[in-house]
Amino acid sequence: MHVTHLSLADFRSYGTVELELGPGATCFVGANGQGKTNLVEAVDYLATLGSHRVASDQPLVRAGAERAVVRARVERDERQALLEVEIVPGRANRARVNGSALPRARDVLGWLRSVVFSPEDLSLVKGDPSDRRRFLDALLVLRHPRFAGVKADYDRILRQRNTLLKTAGRSRRSDTEGALATLDVWDEHLTRTGAELLSARLALVTSIAPYVESAYRDVATAASPGRTTATIEYRASLELPDEAPDRESLRLALVEAVRARRSDELDRGVSLVGPHRDELVLTLGDLPAKGYASHGESWSFALALRLASYDLLHDDGDDPVLVLDDVFAELDRDRRDHLAARVAGAEQVLVTAAVAEDVPEGLSGVRFRVHEGTVERA
Amino acid sequence: MYEGIVQDLIDELGRLPGVGPKSAQRIAFWILDADPVDVKRLATVLTEVKDKVRFCVVCGNVAESEQCRICADPRRDLTVICVVEESKDVVAIERTREFRGRYHVLGGAISPIEGIGPDELRVKELMKRLADGQVTEVILATDPNLEGEATATYLTRLLVPLGLRVTRLASGLPVGGDLEYADEVTLGRAFEGRRSVQ
Repeated sequence: MHVTHLSLADFRSYGTVELELGPGATCFVGANGQGKTNLVEAVDYLATLGSHRVASDQPLVRAGAERAVVRARVERDERQALLEVEIVPGRANRARVNGSALPRARDVLGWLRSVVFSPEDLSLVKGDPSDRRRFLDALLVLRHPRFAGVKADYDRILRQRNTLLKTAGRSRRSDTEGALATLDVWDEHLTRTGAELLSARLALVTSIAPYVESAYRDVATAASPGRTTATIEYRASLELPDEAPDRESLRLALVEAVRARRSDELDRGVSLVGPHRDELVLTLGDLPAKGYASHGESWSFALALRLASYDLLHDDGDDPVLVLDDVFAELDRDRRDHLAARVAGAEQVLVTAAVAEDVPEGLSGVRFRVHEGTVERA
Repeated sequence: MYEGIVQDLIDELGRLPGVGPKSAQRIAFWILDADPVDVKRLATVLTEVKDKVRFCVVCGNVAESEQCRICADPRRDLTVICVVEESKDVVAIERTREFRGRYHVLGGAISPIEGIGPDELRVKELMKRLADGQVTEVILATDPNLEGEATATYLTRLLVPLGLRVTRLASGLPVGGDLEYADEVTLGRAFEGRRSVQ
């Protein structure tokens, strides 16, 4: 799929922008702070209803404006769809497809898929487990939009349960009952929704692992021969049943684990088992990537995770829009060229760079110059 | 910002549910332009409603006397109770004219974040109503969201041991709609709750 037209109103630094885009590579070149990333961020927003840069919607709306609108015409298998999302901070977003309003904004997920490479990706390797969980969940939602709802439910159950644990933990020392009475109820919902999320993540890790391994080999072979096997493994916060467990056996395992930790949970006032405490372990050779990998190897691993996402979606029969946001400046020459060679075949690649020379030959394509919030064909 | 009392009015209106700053401003200026008699009448109702409103001693629904219209109606089936979160839900179910039993209004749903547990809801009152054995079925009609489901689960655990028939409203496809437009969660639920046609 590819975006043929992008139109922004009061999004980030832009008052209005209209851009004609085509398949193949497109580069946005301009000095820092001119608004290159904002363009590709808008594309990503339509695909994920989130930004890879900020957690809240407020910064996405131009200062002084009340709402931002992102509109894109997307072509897929020679068919076109017009997607539109209106962002109003503090309120639910509104989405339209081909002019008709969707009941909920998240129904727009799935119309456009994108995979974004950005400087922030380094935290996939060096950051906290939550960064890697977010990576898994985002990919899960890209493949199966239904999981946006499952994840949202799980997060809400977790918040309710944690609040309850805090108050119940306090009252346990004075009186009892009251708050504890409903803990079983939340346990039931936590384990049911948790098992659904857990089983989907396990399946995802199983399917993406071989892609990660081969992508890492492609990006890093020349850069650092020797320690070149990259593996990923899902480490759950509870003892999992045998190989390839189904959702029901995971639920039972969760029920068991929650029961065993209840006293701890009441003492500490937080939920200690469940998908929100799990980790995606990245290993390079025999050593954990976090802490042991060099800067360059960490970059290779981060790129491998993104490339693997792209490959997986591609083999699902989709050709997501690839966004390379400011990554080339971070990479040495070898990694740059390997990455470029790897993505050159994608249906659409959107690249941003501060310096045109950073962009490898194969990806130069159509070039736009971005300067003080204006975008011009170079 | 407007001066003094006008801004006060906008602020107060803005605290109402579903009213944002823009709407609050629009309502405030409508009030300023309106006939003083209309405004007086609105003000009177606003002050009186808090004094005059009562809650049915049996079911907790809003009422004008000790018992609400439904609980006082002798034609109602005394063996079935439909448990809902709010008085608004009673009105919605009454509109269907399908249900001939009586109601029990909980006054919300279990939500630790908002500090609402079973003690804050009218659960004890429900248990008292069930004590004499006259009621044989309880229908759980809490909202089909997380908090409503949690409340239903909680009540189920409480009521099933009493030997009552406990039922939950079905979730599924909207009537008159298109299957293709249903979201995955609703469609999934409809599959789970499918029934044999004979």
